[in-house]
Amino acid sequence: MGAATAVAARRRVAFGTLLAGAVALALAWVAPPATAAVLPEDRADVLYHRYDGGGVVVDGPSVLVRKKVGDKVSVVANYFLDMVSSASIDVLSTASPFTDERTQMSLGVDYLRGKTTYSIGYIDGEESDYLAKTAYFNVSQDMFGDLTTISLGFRRGMNEVFRNVKDPVTGAKQRDPSFQQDMDSRGWSASLTQVLTRDLLGVVAYELVTDEGYLNNPYRQIRYADPTSPRGFSFAPEVYPRTKTSNSASARLKYSLPWWRAAVDGTYRFYTDTWGVQAHTVQLGYTQPAFGNWVFDARYRYYTQNAADFYRDLFPRRNTLNFQGRDKELATYTGNTIGVGASWEFRVGRMPWLEKGTVNLRYDYMMVSYDDFRDVTAGGRAGTEPLYELDASIIQVFVSAWF
Amino acid sequence: MSTPTPDTAAQVSRAMRRFTGLAFAVAALLLAGCKPIEPWVKPYERERLADPIMALERDPVSGAYLDHVFELREGARGAMGSAGGGCGCN
Repeated sequence: MGAATAVAARRRVAFGTLLAGAVALALAWVAPPATAAVLPEDRADVLYHRYDGGGVVVDGPSVLVRKKVGDKVSVVANYFLDMVSSASIDVLSTASPFTDERTQMSLGVDYLRGKTTYSIGYIDGEESDYLAKTAYFNVSQDMFGDLTTISLGFRRGMNEVFRNVKDPVTGAKQRDPSFQQDMDSRGWSASLTQVLTRDLLGVVAYELVTDEGYLNNPYRQIRYADPTSPRGFSFAPEVYPRTKTSNSASARLKYSLPWWRAAVDGTYRFYTDTWGVQAHTVQLGYTQPAFGNWVFDARYRYYTQNAADFYRDLFPRRNTLNFQGRDKELATYTGNTIGVGASWEFRVGRMPWLEKGTVNLRYDYMMVSYDDFRDVTAGGRAGTEPLYELDASIIQVFVSAWF
Repeated sequence: MSTPTPDTAAQVSRAMRRFTGLAFAVAALLLAGCKPIEPWVKPYERERLADPIMALERDPVSGAYLDHVFELREGARGAMGSAGGGCGCN
């Protein structure tokens, strides 16, 4: 076969491939129209939350309202408040207890077109020393007879980090005018939800997040061995890398029991990031309706991770590594959380516009054991203090209404 | 331009056959993707899946709060349904 013949053969194959692609696209175009997906239900929720553990109490309300506008659009708004009173181990080690507030407001719009739902939204978070602005976009497509839903999302966060200091005269807390840093974040997500059988749903999800900028906590300190100090150690500011990229992937199954009306679900997530942290999360849940208008839940969450590459509880010298951190969330630890919930459904005859309402109570108890983060407030020789343990109670009380 | 040797021509021919086979396989996959898939769970068989207790997120306000709590106290993040919105950890 000559060169000209070979070139002609290549052209024929390329033409054939193009033709096959064109036919495929044409068939896709004339494929039967799909039945429409649905927008989320109209509902309103008012929630009170309280976290109490490790010397930190955070409580406050959250209000969420979702309402359709016509057949194609649904709008959702959320107001969330954290009122923080902190005397955590970090604070007690190097500073004084403080109080603060964090408010978060968000607005989102879902637009339904055929089997595709487009969602955009904006989240605004504000603390005395942290401003967070996040915009997101998601597109979700139902396919294969509504057995499969694929979602793709992107979000972009623009954050400003400040540092509070005490006014030397009045003692009041105020922003340090010489300190202002930026932190940008981008996240990409993809998920696939699949109806596997008439009783079983499956979800796989993946998310990549990349951060750039000031990733430290401006208050947190590392500790290093210092023979000149009476305690045997001293503190110095943390130094973090200015970038971080994380990958997480999860798989979830939810199953409707065939013997009686109840649901069980299980989730596993694997996480890894460029700081050297790898984590595994397992969540199990059971939901049991009872007595006509009650629903009871039980949950268990197991979490474990290894420490970041630049984490140490006690550095041998002040400048041991290029990056140095002592954030206990970057340590090696294991957490177990058990939770229960009860939900009571009601209807009000005199309020026909109210489809139904629920009153809900949820309680979770979190237990965290650190393998390489020591309680420096307990005293003792540096590096031999007892390992830190954290127990926390998480309470949620909320009322939901569908209309 | 030099004339290809018989060995070279045979190699080109084999490569063409492989490429043609691959193109047919891709086209077959694309065409298969265009055929409406018969749902193996019919709409009238989804009664249990439609039960509110089978919702993947029954109470968004509660789920978002718990995601927020865990995200602040764990090194890991993402792929569990949270949407972000700031650190809240200073």
